[in-house]
Amino acid sequence: MNGKEKKGIFGFLLDDRHRTRTISYTMVIAAYIILEVMLKTGSLSSLLTGLLVPATCYLVAAIGLNLNVGVSGELNLGQAGFMAVGAFSGVCVSGLLANSLPPVARLILAILIGMVLTAFVGFLIGIPVLKLQGDYLAIVTLAFGQIVMNLIMNLYVAFDSTGLKVSFVESKFKLEQGGKYLINGPMGATGTQRIANFTTGTILVLFALVVVYNLLYSRNGRAIMAARDNRIAAEAVGIDIAKTKMMAFVISAALAGAAGALYGLNYSTMVASKFDYNTSILILVYVVLGGLGNFNGTLIATVVLFLLPQLLRSLQDYRMLIYAIILILIMLITNNEFLKTKAASLRRKKA
Amino acid sequence: MRFLSNLINGLGLGSVYAIIALGYTMVYGIAKMLNFAHGDVIMIGAYIAFFALTRFGLPLIPGILVAIACCTLLGVIIERLAYKPLRQATSLSVLITAIGVSYFLQNGAQLLWSANPKVFPSIISNGALHLGALSISYLTLITIGTCIIVMIALTLFINRTKTGSAMRACSEDKGAARLMGINVNGIISLTFAIGSGLAAIAAVLLCANYPTVTPTLGSMPGIKAFTAAVFGGIGSIPGALLGGLLLGIIEILSKAYISTQLSDVIVFGVLIIILLVKPAGLLGKNVREKV
Amino acid sequence: MNNKGTPILETKDLGIDFGGLTAVNDLNLSVYDKEIVGLIGPNGAGKTTVFNLLTKVYTPSRGTIIFDGKDTAGKSVVEINKAGIARTFQNIRLFDKLTVLDNVRTGYHNNIRYSPLSAVFRLPGYYAKEREIEGKSRELLEIMELGEYADFTAGNLPYGAQRRLEIARAMATDPKLLLLDEPAAGMNPQETDDLMRMIRFVRDHFGIAVLLIEHDMQLVMGICERITVLNYGMMLAEGTPAEIQANPEVIKAYLGD
Repeated sequence: MNGKEKKGIFGFLLDDRHRTRTISYTMVIAAYIILEVMLKTGSLSSLLTGLLVPATCYLVAAIGLNLNVGVSGELNLGQAGFMAVGAFSGVCVSGLLANSLPPVARLILAILIGMVLTAFVGFLIGIPVLKLQGDYLAIVTLAFGQIVMNLIMNLYVAFDSTGLKVSFVESKFKLEQGGKYLINGPMGATGTQRIANFTTGTILVLFALVVVYNLLYSRNGRAIMAARDNRIAAEAVGIDIAKTKMMAFVISAALAGAAGALYGLNYSTMVASKFDYNTSILILVYVVLGGLGNFNGTLIATVVLFLLPQLLRSLQDYRMLIYAIILILIMLITNNEFLKTKAASLRRKKA
Repeated sequence: MRFLSNLINGLGLGSVYAIIALGYTMVYGIAKMLNFAHGDVIMIGAYIAFFALTRFGLPLIPGILVAIACCTLLGVIIERLAYKPLRQATSLSVLITAIGVSYFLQNGAQLLWSANPKVFPSIISNGALHLGALSISYLTLITIGTCIIVMIALTLFINRTKTGSAMRACSEDKGAARLMGINVNGIISLTFAIGSGLAAIAAVLLCANYPTVTPTLGSMPGIKAFTAAVFGGIGSIPGALLGGLLLGIIEILSKAYISTQLSDVIVFGVLIIILLVKPAGLLGKNVREKV
Repeated sequence: MNNKGTPILETKDLGIDFGGLTAVNDLNLSVYDKEIVGLIGPNGAGKTTVFNLLTKVYTPSRGTIIFDGKDTAGKSVVEINKAGIARTFQNIRLFDKLTVLDNVRTGYHNNIRYSPLSAVFRLPGYYAKEREIEGKSRELLEIMELGEYADFTAGNLPYGAQRRLEIARAMATDPKLLLLDEPAAGMNPQETDDLMRMIRFVRDHFGIAVLLIEHDMQLVMGICERITVLNYGMMLAEGTPAEIQANPEVIKAYLGD
């Protein structure tokens, strides 16, 4: 490629970017087709079948988190909290419209509302959080995640013929005949119709990829990465850091919200404590193992780390321990000065 | 009177937070990192104290000393293996590693000792000091007393000894400290050692007050103590004391007068408000990047 | 040289204190249209602090900064850049993980805009604007003689190329005044010569004013039309290169008593 004139190099560059995203889309679509065929022919175990939708949910949430941690460079330890917002708002939307819309329309509407509502919550949380940097920002997202989870655990949402009722105190409700709880405090959402499906999940993964890649190779994406690489220089070329970081944070939250809505509608019962700090860390492990800022890596790491322990029962007990070791080792290896110089010289040779 | 006794209970809880917060604040002051695994060192300390006192039947003081020794060693090992190779790395990498260590300790403990809670033996008599209508349990008094002793000892150490002034030098400027012939790596190890030793003391006090030992025992107090350290001004030892005591009082009072379920929400709310209003904390100082 | 009408940049009694220390005081600096002005002085004279004041990294304790006829009081770093002041940094600040081309593209952030929605959904506006950004960015890279490096990661560039890239990036923000903080630091005489040629070309081609801090007297005396000398945060002398070279106060400040 080196001998060619400028246009040639430019074409190669475009190709490189195209290649990355083409690989992503191809992986997702190929996996979908193979799994769908297996589903139709009945050659997929019931265990694996049950894992398909949750896997797509984690993929979407992890893609969002990678935008936040890998591209924007801010450690967000509250991704599960955003999933919770999406999950419980999605469940409410679906529950309210149970008799008026067909399942597919309800699912799409629930995901959309879950996504928009979570984006809004992300925006509100982002206002204070993004004033901070580094460790402080991380710990505050953790705090917000815990707050969101705690609030939902104390939230009661119900409806009857008189309308929708929302409260943080259970005793405030006097439900009429035929009334129904959508969210019942610590018991969470119960009696949810399971309308989530693998096709919607796959489309959502593709949607997340398209959004993130398109953003990445744009004016806004460059601004996000510039603010990560050098905050002061970014400001000096006129980039509003707060606005830029907010964009990454809100999109990340919105994707988590959409993932949460899909997740919530995949189970008949769900408690808020499912979306605790551990779940946030789990998603972070997927992102870190896949490589910060590397979305193909996120796809592979999420699928492998999500499915392996479920499939290898003997691994189940050691799952978390292995995740911990993965986190530490990846950081030690990627920050090893010796390996770094080695990798750089290899790259130079290639060029 | 009920308010007064709540206040004293708050001081008791706050004393534990203050001792934990010391570990965060010293490490942050010198190694400039948030040692996310500090809470889990407390948990390990609690298990070691538990086994020392029950299975090995050690008396109280030797039992505590064993726990302190083990935690000190653990802190130094963690620093050497996981954090030291990352001195030049970004804070994002260091924090992710620290989260990894925290997870490792929690899940390692769960595999070794199972998730079933163990009941910590009662180590201090259940009596109470009666002052008119007010009664203060001996446990609370001992907790507060321990905190005061630890604070005095540490302040003397930092201000009056040669090693202490080397620590202060490292927290100001590691490069200059190295040029002055100070063994910076040694000082960082020592800081982890002291912080982790204090974690063992905090573990015993915590378990004396809330006698269940589980693998996740350290994470909540850890995060709250970090809040306390930030509250008081990270890097400041008096700040850790002040932040710890205030946070303990806030937690007990909000449990008593607002809501038990939402008390964590309130504590985290405090953290968020402080960071926004006064990011350097009550006794901290602002540092800005040189352009 | 001083009768060119109103200056593009003018500071009046500008000063800043850090705690009890006065870093810059009573500074009356002016830069006229299309002029190349040097800001020199011994180490610690407060030169970079002046840049930080002009770009609002620091808020002045005293005095005013008039840029393009407007008082810049209350403006943020971002707003100053939008108003037309771009800068480079003494300790190079590139977007290390982005390519050389993307570093310059980033400079066009406010200059050539389209909405995030047209980015995410690839509306027609995106393609047209991106093509424009790319064309102009490559043009700037050619001017700074970085064309061959376009697809390199910025952090891997040789030192001199990094300094030139900072200039290209600053120029992408379409400034009226360019502040260069030690642009020739670490360059050999040949590279410095090339750099002088490029700075002059940029000034002529884009019709901008340049204010530069530099220790390399070959560059300062060779390129600047006017020089301001700073010592202990105060203005020591001002004049043409010939006047400054002959000024006994300046010689004393540089050589010590």
